[in-house]
Amino acid sequence: MKSKNFLYSQKVAPYIFVLPFILSFAIFWIYPLITAFTMSFQDIGAIKSDWVGLANYTKLLKDKVFMIAVSNSAKYMFFTLVLLIPFPMLFAVLMDSNIVKAKGVWKAILYMPALTSVVISGTLFRLMFTEYKTGQMNLISQALGFGTYKWLKNGWSGMLALLVVACWRWTGVNMLYFLSGLKAIDTSLYEAADIDGASAIQKFRYVTLPLLKPTTVYVLTISVYAGLSMFLESYMLWAGNSSPNNIGLTIVGYLYKRGIEKNDMGYACAVGVVLLVVALIINFVQLILNGTFKKEED
Amino acid sequence: MKRKLLSVLLSTAMTAALLTGCGGGAAQPAADAGDAAKEATETTEAVEEATEATEEVAEAADAVEEAAEEEIPTSTFGDPNGTHLEMWTFVELHGQHYGKMAEIWNEKNPDKAIEITCTTYPYGDMHTKLLTSLEAGTGAPDICDVEVGQFPNVVAGLDQWLIPLDDYCKDYMPTMVPARMETYQGEDGHYYGAPYHVGATAMFYNVAAMAEAMGISNDEVIKKIDSVVTWDDYVKLGEEYKAAIGDESKFWTSVDTGGTDWLWLAMAENGDDWTGGFEGPANCKLDSVKNMLTMQQDWLKSGLAMISPDGHVDLEAGFQNIMDKNIVSFPKALWYMSRFTNYMPEEKGNWYIAKCPVFKEGQKCSVGIGGTGTVVTAQSANTDLAAEFLCWAKMSDEGEQNIWDTLGFDVCNTAMWTQDSFAHDDNNQFNAFFINYPYDVLSSIGMDNIGKISVVAISPTINEYVCTTTLNEVLEDPDYSVDDALQELQDAVDMEQ
Repeated sequence: MKSKNFLYSQKVAPYIFVLPFILSFAIFWIYPLITAFTMSFQDIGAIKSDWVGLANYTKLLKDKVFMIAVSNSAKYMFFTLVLLIPFPMLFAVLMDSNIVKAKGVWKAILYMPALTSVVISGTLFRLMFTEYKTGQMNLISQALGFGTYKWLKNGWSGMLALLVVACWRWTGVNMLYFLSGLKAIDTSLYEAADIDGASAIQKFRYVTLPLLKPTTVYVLTISVYAGLSMFLESYMLWAGNSSPNNIGLTIVGYLYKRGIEKNDMGYACAVGVVLLVVALIINFVQLILNGTFKKEED
Repeated sequence: MKRKLLSVLLSTAMTAALLTGCGGGAAQPAADAGDAAKEATETTEAVEEATEATEEVAEAADAVEEAAEEEIPTSTFGDPNGTHLEMWTFVELHGQHYGKMAEIWNEKNPDKAIEITCTTYPYGDMHTKLLTSLEAGTGAPDICDVEVGQFPNVVAGLDQWLIPLDDYCKDYMPTMVPARMETYQGEDGHYYGAPYHVGATAMFYNVAAMAEAMGISNDEVIKKIDSVVTWDDYVKLGEEYKAAIGDESKFWTSVDTGGTDWLWLAMAENGDDWTGGFEGPANCKLDSVKNMLTMQQDWLKSGLAMISPDGHVDLEAGFQNIMDKNIVSFPKALWYMSRFTNYMPEEKGNWYIAKCPVFKEGQKCSVGIGGTGTVVTAQSANTDLAAEFLCWAKMSDEGEQNIWDTLGFDVCNTAMWTQDSFAHDDNNQFNAFFINYPYDVLSSIGMDNIGKISVVAISPTINEYVCTTTLNEVLEDPDYSVDDALQELQDAVDMEQ
């Protein structure tokens, strides 16, 4: 009798439903997280590991290369947010309107890059951005009369190459997110706005934008993570993890360099913990500002 | 309050996904994070409104990403009733070498027949898996390829992880290139890895292009090349070529901003080693390195050399640069021969291989670069058989023949270098490709004249700083002080030791 009560209890049932997630979360996320945290205070050796206290962290503070990696990742994240939220939103609104013809074709074209392996596309972009005169970018710049340029050897053009890859790859995906958000907006709201005599811009500002906010917050959140954790694009563009003057080095690239290339897992874990803290701070601030934690008004 | 707690938990999940994604080989951290973020955010109210379309899109993307991940090629060779050996590599062709060798082995040793399963993993994954299984004490294969740059990590476990090969390779040792065997030595002096190749650095010259520019015959050009002994001679010949061709956009050679080959050569010639070996400490402020860099700066200023497009000659832009005859000479390890046959087949018959110039007559004139050492792990149930087979497959006449024919490497067993049927076999594609026989060059260099730069724990630090910073400083700006650049390098290295 008691056990039946227990199973039918409204208090317990939700926990049973979320149990599979909590279990996989604990085993695959929490456990490695704690292990990584403890390892960040150790010097991981081949046969045995020693406790080194805060040595990994103090070294990290003085590590110029790590600072370059952080700054690169932060810049990349910032620019991807600037480019990959407004433009896909604009495209989605266009796709949702009657202005654009053959929408299916456009959607497919914009989405196609997301289906390509980064390994393949990264290699193609590396060849396009080569400093040799036969690369696409140099062909264009020569046609415009500027001569050849060492795209992947200078800070700004290296970042440009990374952003081109990011936009090429993610515009379509983000656009589809916004498009699904738009589909969920009740058309009667637009009709009401029409009756009130609202212009197209006013309708976008007062109906579309506020109702699209949940989608925008979602896209923003995943873009922050995607931006900070970018690695493969840079690895492919520079055919390895080393770029001139580290212009393409990201935090995860540095983690890989330390953990895998130099087999210094303790230090790599310290890098990972710092990345975790940075990502958490940014997203908490962002989510608080967006009111995600506020109690719902109704 | 509960909602708040949930949000905190989920946000942590998303970020944790980041970390775990990286820890697992960092193959697709962005995708992992994206997935976790997707799950997490979906559970919150944020995208409650999102329609099924979003999910379908995300699922489709996941499915495609999974499909795009490379399949892991596994092949089993040999006698199914024989002793089973597991082998890991990161180059599929290497696995095929062992497959072929297993067939021959079984014919010769029916009493010790083996069956070998070779699995090819991506480079990073394979080394991570190997290190993890060695540390864990279980799960490692019997035989495993280890890239020379990763070797210090693996050999750190010495005989607790690996089987010393000393006893198994002693029959071959007298004729093996000593520098190559030493590359895979442990701190305790035992040999833990069996090499595929010498990777001897030699000078590649485009004789056809030089003859055309200088208006002389191929033979006369070769005579001139053969008379080059020192770097001064090399520069003189280069100036002669430049004067003859009279074209600002054509260069004698290209210098690398993304590779250390030139510097390794300079060190080996002067008997230096910036790593300091196992004892250390690393010292990068070497005269040999300084002289090489200063000389390269002079070449850049005088227009004798250009900077290798995209950093070094072993990339697509480098191949194109060579095919466009923008450069007509460069030093590279002999395994670069396969780049000619694979990427520049049009160049057949144009190129001549010669000894590298030296700073002073009588110095060593080559250095072994790159490589893969194959190890036998202590976890193997058949260490004896595995080690015996491995050394035979990589050092015996049969093994070396197959390495040369299928992999195109300059083999380490010098006994083969002078065998006519091996070194002068015109059916071999590399012998047929170049004007002279590659093994004649190797023999003329001699096994004792091939230097060695140690690959130890500090090596990745040095190589990385040189390729990202030092070379870009001094070569992209030929007026940059070499002393300053080397001091910066030393400071960066000191921080790690």
